[in-house]
Amino acid sequence: MREAASALAPAPGRALKNVWLVVLALFLALPWLGTGQYPLHLIIIALIWSYIYTSWAIMGRLGMVSFGHGAFMGIGAYSVVLLWNLFGVSPWIGAVAGVSLSLLVALLIGYACFRFRIIGHYFALVTLALSEVVRLVIIALRDHTGGSLGITPKPGLADGASANLYAMQFSDRTVWFYIALAVWLTGLVLWKLADQHPSRRALQAISEDEDAAASIGIPVARTKLGVTLLSAGMTAFGGVLYAQYQFYVSPDTVSGIAISLQMVFGAIAGGMFVRLGPTVGAMFLLALSETLRILIGNEHHGVDMTVYGALLILFIIFMPRGILGTLLRR
Amino acid sequence: MESVFDIFLLEAVLNGLLLGGLLALLSLGLNLIFGVIDVVWICYAELIMIGMYAIWWLHVGQGLSLWLAFPAAVVLVGLMGMALHYFIIRPVLAAEPINQLLVTGGVLFFLQALATVIFGIDFRNLGVRLPGFSVGDMYFSSARLLAFAVALAAIAATWLFLRRTFTGVAIRAISQDRSIMPLMGVNPGRIYLVTSAIGGALAGLAGCLLVLQYDVHPAIGLSFGPLTFLICVMGGLGNLIGGFVAAFVFAQFISVGGFLFQLEWGYVIAFVFFIAMMFWRPQGIFARSGR
Repeated sequence: MREAASALAPAPGRALKNVWLVVLALFLALPWLGTGQYPLHLIIIALIWSYIYTSWAIMGRLGMVSFGHGAFMGIGAYSVVLLWNLFGVSPWIGAVAGVSLSLLVALLIGYACFRFRIIGHYFALVTLALSEVVRLVIIALRDHTGGSLGITPKPGLADGASANLYAMQFSDRTVWFYIALAVWLTGLVLWKLADQHPSRRALQAISEDEDAAASIGIPVARTKLGVTLLSAGMTAFGGVLYAQYQFYVSPDTVSGIAISLQMVFGAIAGGMFVRLGPTVGAMFLLALSETLRILIGNEHHGVDMTVYGALLILFIIFMPRGILGTLLRR
Repeated sequence: MESVFDIFLLEAVLNGLLLGGLLALLSLGLNLIFGVIDVVWICYAELIMIGMYAIWWLHVGQGLSLWLAFPAAVVLVGLMGMALHYFIIRPVLAAEPINQLLVTGGVLFFLQALATVIFGIDFRNLGVRLPGFSVGDMYFSSARLLAFAVALAAIAATWLFLRRTFTGVAIRAISQDRSIMPLMGVNPGRIYLVTSAIGGALAGLAGCLLVLQYDVHPAIGLSFGPLTFLICVMGGLGNLIGGFVAAFVFAQFISVGGFLFQLEWGYVIAFVFFIAMMFWRPQGIFARSGR
């Protein structure tokens, strides 16, 4: 990996591109620069959430504000853990199953919503119902899912081993760091590919005025469905990653309205209209809660979220384009 | 065996009816605000939570009689409704509609976290438990019956206010045509504030009724908030009668579904039914024509 990083760094190109490559090289080298276990853990978590917020924003930025992405994350996370625990199915296959199931759910909900022109408030609230359905189903199936208490994947590491590829379990944080980094970068690439896709302009038109878009022959429902499937599948994979890394899932940490709103606001805080906006949102929330934790200690629960909530209100009123969106505009 | 089953089913149906009254009250304030201001207060359930905490603090913490604590909570949450509109909704009224939804989501986070900071994550209860009563083999909670009666009375009072007073008529008028009311000498800003105060006060009242039945904790809003929005949407956002009927339909799904299977399945069935209904009648069960 070090060789790869140094090979990338001197690549010729425009100045901006070089800067990005240096940043990327620094990132790749991070575990080898004496980064402690706890900071590394924070970075992994931030990368996973950055990826998930990015997945949400891929459709959110086009006027499809979903309050239901907790459903997709929950499906991804629980599919992989349940298949492994109950049937010993490798998480790699479990991930495929979880993403497929999410796509199926997104297809059903998305097709119906777009076919019947459910947009704006109504779309937000229908998807909110979906995320609650998933959370409640997980709780109701408590005999298998552990209910509200959550569930831990069965340990797959032999004594002394630090990795089990089949079980997608790694005790070394460095491995997780590279996995999370790769997934996050993939998310950014998918965003760019979605932007370059011919339907991008159609989607922009749809987000501004559906009737007008339909009147010039844009297949509104089909175009919206495509981006919804992309977003839902990506989010489900984020759930897989979260479950395998955290090694614990509970209905309230991967599904339901609270997690759905967390995605919405993470993306909005950073700026959902720019590619790195959701990432900035995730980093911002993490930096905020860590700073406050250091300043006031661990015993005051909720202070970080109080400040975050107040900031969100101010953001939406005064800078609806988010932190990065506002900065880039200046 | 068959008759035993029936009487418990009847108990579930009647309990669903009682729950329906409470849910109807929960959705009334939210619906009124949407109908008039065209904004969904995602944080509505959190306002109810503040009301519940206010009562708990006044009664358990300060030793105030419940007869004083209840009206104090209604007034407090009513004022909070006005403040929410004036300081937070008003600045984004001209922005994209989804921003209005999102800004109240920020308020949801804020209030929930603030409650955690102030009251901690413990479950708090009033220490007041109203006795239950039996009819034949069926058992009912008097707190639920009281909530049902008060909720219906409050709904009737709101209805009369909207029908019989000048302000009420102005509120209804503005919900039908936003642009023409200033020409009729009605100040929309003032009507919005009054509506927000009423919506807040109804949330405060709901808090009074809920705190008699449930322990209060910072995340309690998340447990009945989603349900409240869905009832409003199913009834047709802003349609008060639709919301009223939808509340009873939802309550039956939850109560009977919970009786036949498990509590969570009752909710799951209710939510799935909601999603299905949205496809059948996206504008609500009593969709008004033309919109």
